[in-house]
Amino acid sequence: METEQTPNVKKKPKLAVFKFASCDGCQLSLLNAEEDLIAIGEAVEISHFLEASSRVTPGPYDLTLVEGSITTPKDQVRIQEIRKQSRYLVTIGACATAGGIQALRNWGDHEEFQRIVYPNPEYLETLATSTAISDHVQVDFELRGCPVNKNQLVELIQDVLQGRKPRFPRHSVCMECKRSGTVCVTVSRGIPCLGPITQAGCGGLCPEYNRGCYGCFGPAAQANASGLSNWLLEHDVSKSELVPLLRNFNADAPAFREEGNRLSNEQDYTDE
Amino acid sequence: MESENKYLLPKQGLQDLILALKTAGYLVIGPKIDQEAIVYDEIESIEDLPRGWTDLQAPGQYRLKKRDDDAYFGYVVGPRSLKQYLYPPRQLVATATRDGQRWEFEAIENVDEKYAFIGVRACEIAAMRVQDRVFLEGAYVDPLYAKRRESALIVAVNCTMAASTCFCTSMGTGPRCNNGFDLALTELADAFVIEAGSEKGEKILRDLPSSPVTTADLDQEQKLQQQAVDQISKTMNPVNLREDLLANLDHDRWAETAQRCLSCANCTMVCPTCFCTTVEEVSDLTGDNIERQRNWDSCFDIDFSYQNGAIVRDDVRSRYRQWLTHKLATWHDQFDQSGCVGCGRCITWCPVGIDLTEEVAAIRGNRE
Amino acid sequence: MVVELSAVKSVSPWQTHSVRIVSVKAEIPGVMTYRLKFVDQAVGNSFTVEPGQFNMLYLPGYGESAISVSGYDPENNELLHTVRAAGNVTRALSRLVVGDELGLRGPFGQGWPMETARDGHLVLIAGGLGFAPICSAIETAVQQSSRYRRISILAGARSPDQLLYGQQYNLWKAAGAELRLTVDRATSQWSGNVGVVPLLVNRIEISDPATTTVMMCGPEMMMWYTAKAATERNIPAENIWLSMERNMNCAIGHCGHCQFGPAFICKDGPVLRYDKIASYLKIKGL
Repeated sequence: METEQTPNVKKKPKLAVFKFASCDGCQLSLLNAEEDLIAIGEAVEISHFLEASSRVTPGPYDLTLVEGSITTPKDQVRIQEIRKQSRYLVTIGACATAGGIQALRNWGDHEEFQRIVYPNPEYLETLATSTAISDHVQVDFELRGCPVNKNQLVELIQDVLQGRKPRFPRHSVCMECKRSGTVCVTVSRGIPCLGPITQAGCGGLCPEYNRGCYGCFGPAAQANASGLSNWLLEHDVSKSELVPLLRNFNADAPAFREEGNRLSNEQDYTDE
Repeated sequence: MESENKYLLPKQGLQDLILALKTAGYLVIGPKIDQEAIVYDEIESIEDLPRGWTDLQAPGQYRLKKRDDDAYFGYVVGPRSLKQYLYPPRQLVATATRDGQRWEFEAIENVDEKYAFIGVRACEIAAMRVQDRVFLEGAYVDPLYAKRRESALIVAVNCTMAASTCFCTSMGTGPRCNNGFDLALTELADAFVIEAGSEKGEKILRDLPSSPVTTADLDQEQKLQQQAVDQISKTMNPVNLREDLLANLDHDRWAETAQRCLSCANCTMVCPTCFCTTVEEVSDLTGDNIERQRNWDSCFDIDFSYQNGAIVRDDVRSRYRQWLTHKLATWHDQFDQSGCVGCGRCITWCPVGIDLTEEVAAIRGNRE
Repeated sequence: MVVELSAVKSVSPWQTHSVRIVSVKAEIPGVMTYRLKFVDQAVGNSFTVEPGQFNMLYLPGYGESAISVSGYDPENNELLHTVRAAGNVTRALSRLVVGDELGLRGPFGQGWPMETARDGHLVLIAGGLGFAPICSAIETAVQQSSRYRRISILAGARSPDQLLYGQQYNLWKAAGAELRLTVDRATSQWSGNVGVVPLLVNRIEISDPATTTVMMCGPEMMMWYTAKAATERNIPAENIWLSMERNMNCAIGHCGHCQFGPAFICKDGPVLRYDKIASYLKIKGL
């Protein structure tokens, strides 16, 4: 039976975008969505997106996108407040999902770094680590990539708006290479490539340009990182090549972190 | 030998063949050097062929190498196979379009491409026939595969060499092409021996600049074909293979191999018979225009066995086991034949060099 | 009505048809039964379905979900599908109302062997949402109850409020079927059995195991123990039939998703004979 049509007084869902320690590249992916962005702008009320507009309206927010990692005590507090204001919170990009390239500090002496870079390090208030947002608050979905894939980002927003559970491939980059006809750079040229243990999403971009994958979408599900490095080590790739490859934009993602640590803790490892 | 069906085609006659195929409206697909490999791709002329090049293959390794002659087909098989064209990686199968409160549903049935494949090896013809069984000869016919397959023309090439990863002789699929082609070539030092395998092929052959073969030509052909057989060193005994695998579903080897296997799906992507796909919804932002796109997928994709909020094959061990036992064992239950044609692609293109023939040997208990 | 085979064969297996929701019935929390009718009457007229088969229900933009047919009214060309709102597709379906349209491809798969079971004792066993495909067998059997020597229905659920099709029980009993229910957790009003479904198999009388046919659907673990219990009562393994479930994507045996050992669940199943799959049922992660 048809029910009587009531005028649609339902408010548009509110979208917020927040930035933590990051380069803004993932937010830019959203701005780069061009015509899709216009359609998104019609479907949602953009409440907080400083990269796009200085107009800010208060929470709570229906969908919050968080870019960047937690590197300061202030941000530790700020993310808690954002979580409280967010119905559905999605972290976007390698910084937010794994600590980003700045997580390399997790292996270094953070105070020494401060002394080297800044004349007056006593004014700095930073943490010794760079960590993923999910280490601090509950996250509803993590969108990988450095930067995130613009199409995945748009699809994710659509999913949330239409009440779908977002679902993106968790398999290797290799499947994307093969689907696009890219010849394997490791097998045909001996180039070390993290593709087999990295999550798809980029479309196999680096191998398409004759480079090995450096894992910017983070580890694939159940990534067998030791399986890959054991083979590469037997085939003219050194530990001092492999460790920096693993310690890249997703250095602190568990599968990459553990394998990097395993290799660098071995006696014959030399840091070049 | 059916020498009465065989003719001698000068090497330049290949150019006439390519032109004849193009004139007949075919999109000509043949071997080409691209990304440091010999791959199937669209070719315009004889100049595109990998003349004077060969491939060196080993588990996890493929390298191009200059030959010391000018052979056009002096290589084995590359990472792509006919399935790239006959059952492409991404394919639109249906659409849904909103019309007010209703939906219009359409299944895609038209295919424009008409392919001629040049350089097809015996194992690749066998693989195509395995896929025929899946998509054409069961209860349901895939309309898109059917159209592409029916219109395709096959110019086969008999192998005159083998890679270390080849084992077609074990699987009974090669190296000689016995049927399933429209034309078949064997490359001699200075010419090709050519034969037709269909009316379509005969018609094309009639217009090519061929001449009668001599006994010496046939001797040379025979010798070169035997050379390929002799170079095959890898074996896998297909007798009782199904039973041996299905009796060992809990063998320790599966877990051992899972330590090496990356579950990256390369083996299934390069396998010329693997047919797993997933249909995905591709929607525009309005949600009113939906394309249903069928993408190559793999039993190595963790989410491939997703069901009711859980993953059925939730570790590498069970995924590797699914692939190998399906390919070599349960394929027989489903399609009355093996899913393996012995082309060796899964061995070469495995980034960690896992060799299925070694896995089978280990499970059978005769470890090296 | 005779369907022209050539006409049917030429239709792409990817062709979806529009169906309209005629009614929605809330069964248990989160589970609804939808009565669907083909929008194009000609399509409906050429449609037939066997108990135990399934259809792919399609919500554009969300995808398809394989749902077993729980009932079929050939006179009105209406199909019944009992659906739990769990994934993206079924949750989108749960937001639709009477009059809304969705897509359907089907029917697919091998159904229950209603003919093979004729003249014997028919034992129909359901666990949880597995009641849906069993329901189609029950409805077919009770409508032709003279064809079977005896009909026993055994069904279980976690708790009494999770038992499906409560309103039909009296009709089934009136048609002469024996009905036994069990729950894992009883409530104060519950007067039936408490315990797992396989135990019910031991409670019924089986006078001639050789002519007894068992059809079951439920969680794999339940079916494994129930089939064992049935064979222990001397029912031959080839008389025991299980409706299996795996994720289906194409429904026509072309995509590889639903493989279970040698079987494609979509095309060789979902109903499979126990003796053919018994050795695979106990393998983890197959």
